[in-house]
Amino acid sequence: MAVLSDEIIVSTNKQTVRHRTSPLFDQGFRSASYGSALIVLAVLAGIIGTMVYGGWPAFQEFGFGFITSSIWNVGADQYGAWVAITGTLTSALIALVIGVPISIGIAIFLTQLCPPWLRRPVSTTIELLAAVPSIIYGMWGLFVFAPLFANYVQIPLTTLVEGIPILGTVLYARVPSGVGMMTAGIILAIMIIPFIASITRDILDQIPTVLRESAYGIGCTTWEVVRYVLLPQAGVSIIGAIMLGLGRALGETMAVTFVIGNANRLSLSLFDPSSTIASRIANEFNEAAGMQMNALLALGCILFVVTFIVLALARLLIARMKTH
Amino acid sequence: MDTAVYDQAATAAPAPWGRVRRSRHLADRVLRIVCTLFTLLGAFVLGWILLMLVVEGIGGLSPEVFTETTPGPGTQGGGIANAIVGSLILTVLGIVIATPIGVLAGTYLAEYGKDSPLATIIRFVNDILLAAPSILIGLFVYILMVQPMGGYSGWAGGVALAIIAIPVIVRSTEDMLRLVPGSLREAGAALGAPMSKVIVKISWKAARAGMVTGVILATARIAGETAPLLFTALNNTFWFSPNLMGGVSNLPVTIYQFALAPYPNWRELAWAGALIITLSILALSIVARLLLKKDKVR
Repeated sequence: MAVLSDEIIVSTNKQTVRHRTSPLFDQGFRSASYGSALIVLAVLAGIIGTMVYGGWPAFQEFGFGFITSSIWNVGADQYGAWVAITGTLTSALIALVIGVPISIGIAIFLTQLCPPWLRRPVSTTIELLAAVPSIIYGMWGLFVFAPLFANYVQIPLTTLVEGIPILGTVLYARVPSGVGMMTAGIILAIMIIPFIASITRDILDQIPTVLRESAYGIGCTTWEVVRYVLLPQAGVSIIGAIMLGLGRALGETMAVTFVIGNANRLSLSLFDPSSTIASRIANEFNEAAGMQMNALLALGCILFVVTFIVLALARLLIARMKTH
Repeated sequence: MDTAVYDQAATAAPAPWGRVRRSRHLADRVLRIVCTLFTLLGAFVLGWILLMLVVEGIGGLSPEVFTETTPGPGTQGGGIANAIVGSLILTVLGIVIATPIGVLAGTYLAEYGKDSPLATIIRFVNDILLAAPSILIGLFVYILMVQPMGGYSGWAGGVALAIIAIPVIVRSTEDMLRLVPGSLREAGAALGAPMSKVIVKISWKAARAGMVTGVILATARIAGETAPLLFTALNNTFWFSPNLMGGVSNLPVTIYQFALAPYPNWRELAWAGALIITLSILALSIVARLLLKKDKVR
């Protein structure tokens, strides 16, 4: 209201002429907003452009074999992305398997079980998990979590599964240091929980209260309301939230670089060190030159394409909820 | 009457009713307990991380941390003064570049573009940039600025951070402007104010608290970013040159390098730096939330 009365005073003071916005300013303001909006497009185009341009020599040199080869030998100038690609996908998958149930549980707690006075502080606590810098997660993972994980999970589990056909390979730690694919997945799970949980909470909040109340009215328990009313209603949107978490997990760099062990070979064990696309770029790019740099940019290109598809799907799935 | 019949039914066939009830209640109780435990787990992890930072970092916090530069390999003592100042400069630089672009782009989406095809595309692209891997932004700025300029620089670091901050500001600005009722704008337009004046004097003013919150959240987001700085501002162990050319020391990269180093004094400084940076970022995030809450209450 203060704004409007200001304007009125201006006009009664007969200083209208001085205060009148020139058409030039109006036009300029419009163009500036338009231009700024275009910068957003330009940034995305720039990222795609540099990745394709920089990675092109590597794609040309190694062809399709760049994706399927698991040899990454700087000395011989031979580069293949397979280890990094599988590392990225596996760690993100572990993160989803652990993180999704926890995130949805937190969202259900916040929307259905939590007393109103507790809702805000708990929401903020979970959201603050997203504010902690990824390098801090890396330090926590390496110095605090990994030793505990090695002592209380890896060593007992390794002696337990030794000799059992499939489990003996997948869960066998050759060097039980706590560092490796599984640890990276667990840290990633913690990092994506706040994103999935807060979007799922918002989705559950959007479902009309009438639906929930009528279900409770015919005697449903909270579990039945969640299982048969809320989750089917939220459906695709929750998948969208999960995809968003997946996009985050795929591109996470620093935390993973700390805990994944940065090994260059393919291993079937989840407890062995590995590497992801992002961690390899972080480790090697500053010392890279020539074909190695091109290969790293090509890795970046693959990562970008994959995250772009995942995030675009996420966005479409979440948007569908809003329209109806 | 009704209750009597019900009682009779319950006593007549207690077994099936009771069993069904028990399993339903069991499922319900399991859900309640599991969800509560998951929430506690989330809070517990945050508490654990903060406790770790305080326990490990508080010992390293001495006045020298804030006055001396980072030590070279094998030397004793030292602080992280240059890294703290460098981080402040890079963050401010990033926000100064990002704020006008982000606010204007958000204004375009909310006030001019609305549901036009171009605005829809930009909104979509912005959402993707919001979650895009930050290391790729580092690569992009490396090719865009570091290679042509012939070396690492604080300017490249600032631009990389700005690219991460812009989507955050665009999104929050647009969301906040959309909350401003159309009648306010119409009232302004009815007084003969041109579009630009309506936006600046009415929409921006009404949405100010939310827009400031967006900028603060963007600051919190970029203050701890490490990956995009690795290939742009890099790092060094001295005071950087005033024109920001060459490596500019900054906290996140310093922490990254020092935490993994074999020297005990480096590790101690890394923990002290980690404590400082995390507390600052959490404080910023909480301030941003309080600002928004106050605005909503009013």
